[in-house]
Amino acid sequence: MEVDDITPKHIYSDIELDSAEGEAIEALKERSQQAIPDPDQWLEEELHRNILLTSLDAILNWARRSSLWPAICFPACCAFEFIAANASRFDLSRFGMEILRASPRQADLLVTAGTLTWKMAPQVKRIYDQMAEPKWVIAMGACGISGGIFRSSYNVVPGYNRIIPVDVYVPGCPPRPEALIYGIRMLHNKISKGHTDIVLPLPLTSRERPGED
Amino acid sequence: MTVSLSGKEVAEQIAQRFPEAVSEAGDQAILVKSESIFDVLEYLKSSPELDFNYLNYITAVDYYDYFEVVYQLTSMKHNHCLVLKTRCYDRENPSVPSVVRLWRGADFQEREIYDLLGISFEGHPNLKRIALWEGFEGHPLRKDYL
Repeated sequence: MEVDDITPKHIYSDIELDSAEGEAIEALKERSQQAIPDPDQWLEEELHRNILLTSLDAILNWARRSSLWPAICFPACCAFEFIAANASRFDLSRFGMEILRASPRQADLLVTAGTLTWKMAPQVKRIYDQMAEPKWVIAMGACGISGGIFRSSYNVVPGYNRIIPVDVYVPGCPPRPEALIYGIRMLHNKISKGHTDIVLPLPLTSRERPGED
Repeated sequence: MTVSLSGKEVAEQIAQRFPEAVSEAGDQAILVKSESIFDVLEYLKSSPELDFNYLNYITAVDYYDYFEVVYQLTSMKHNHCLVLKTRCYDRENPSVPSVVRLWRGADFQEREIYDLLGISFEGHPNLKRIALWEGFEGHPLRKDYL
C-alpha cells in the first residue's frame, strides 16, 4: 500500500470549532456579570417559628446517637460484613456513622468484628482505653460474643466482655449487615435512654476565696 | 515444572560422603539421622550438581514416639526439589541443628516450630516464641497438650 500523504490530520481543531467555542465563552461571560442572588429574608421569620424547648439529655443523646464514629478495630472476618454494611447497598451513612476513624481518639463506637487472640487483646484494650468518653461497644459475631467455635482454644479470648464492657451483642457467624444494623438501632435506643450528670462549677464561698480569712 | 528428585538416588550420593547419615530412603523423601542433618543439608546446598539454594519450608510433626522435622529444598538453577526428614526421640528436650546459617528464611519457621512443638534448634541466633507470648506454658501443637 502506498502512503503518499504523511501529513498528520485532525491534530489541530478547525478554526470553525475554535470560533464556536469562543462565542460560547463570550456569551456565558456576558450573561454572568452579576452574582446569582440568594434571597434570605425568610431566614429570620423561620428562626422565630422554629425554636423548640427540650431537655439537655434529649438533645445530647440525639446528637450522640445520630453521629456515631466507629473505630477501626477489625481483627477477623466479621470485618467484611461490617464493610458490606458500610458500603452503598446497606449504607451506614443513613445513621451518620459512615466515617471510620483510624485514630481511636476520634471515635466513640467500637465494633468488635472478629476473633480476638490473647496476643492481640492488650492492643484492643488499649484502643478502647484511648477512645474518648462517652463510648460504646458492639460485640459483633459469635467470636466477639463468646469466642465462637474457637472458645476452647488456648489462645482465643472467650468473648470481648472479658476485657472491655459490651453494650450490644449481635449474634451470627458472621451476622448479616441487616443484623448489624438492627444491633446499631438497639444501641441508638440505649443511648437515647442515657442520662448525663452535668457538673457545674460551684461559686466560691468566702472561706475558699484566697486572701480572706 | 519442578522435578521431584528420587530420594534413593540422592541418598546414594549422600552415602558416598556420609556413610552413616541416611537411615531410610524412599522415592518421596530421605530420612537422615539428626546428628548429621546439618552436614547433609550443607552438602546438598553447596554441591554444584544439586545446588539446593532455596528452602521451601521447615515443619515438624508429632508422632507420639518421636518428632519428625521436615525440610523441603528446591534448586532454582536446576529446577528440582527434594524432601528430607529427621527425627528426634527425646520428648523432654528435643533438639536439631538450626539451618539459619544456610538459609535465612528458616529463621521464623524454626521459631514457630520451637513455639508450638518445643523443638529447640541449636545455633539459632534468636530462638524465642513467635506466635505466643513469653510466659505461655506448654507447646500447643504437641499431641499430649491439654
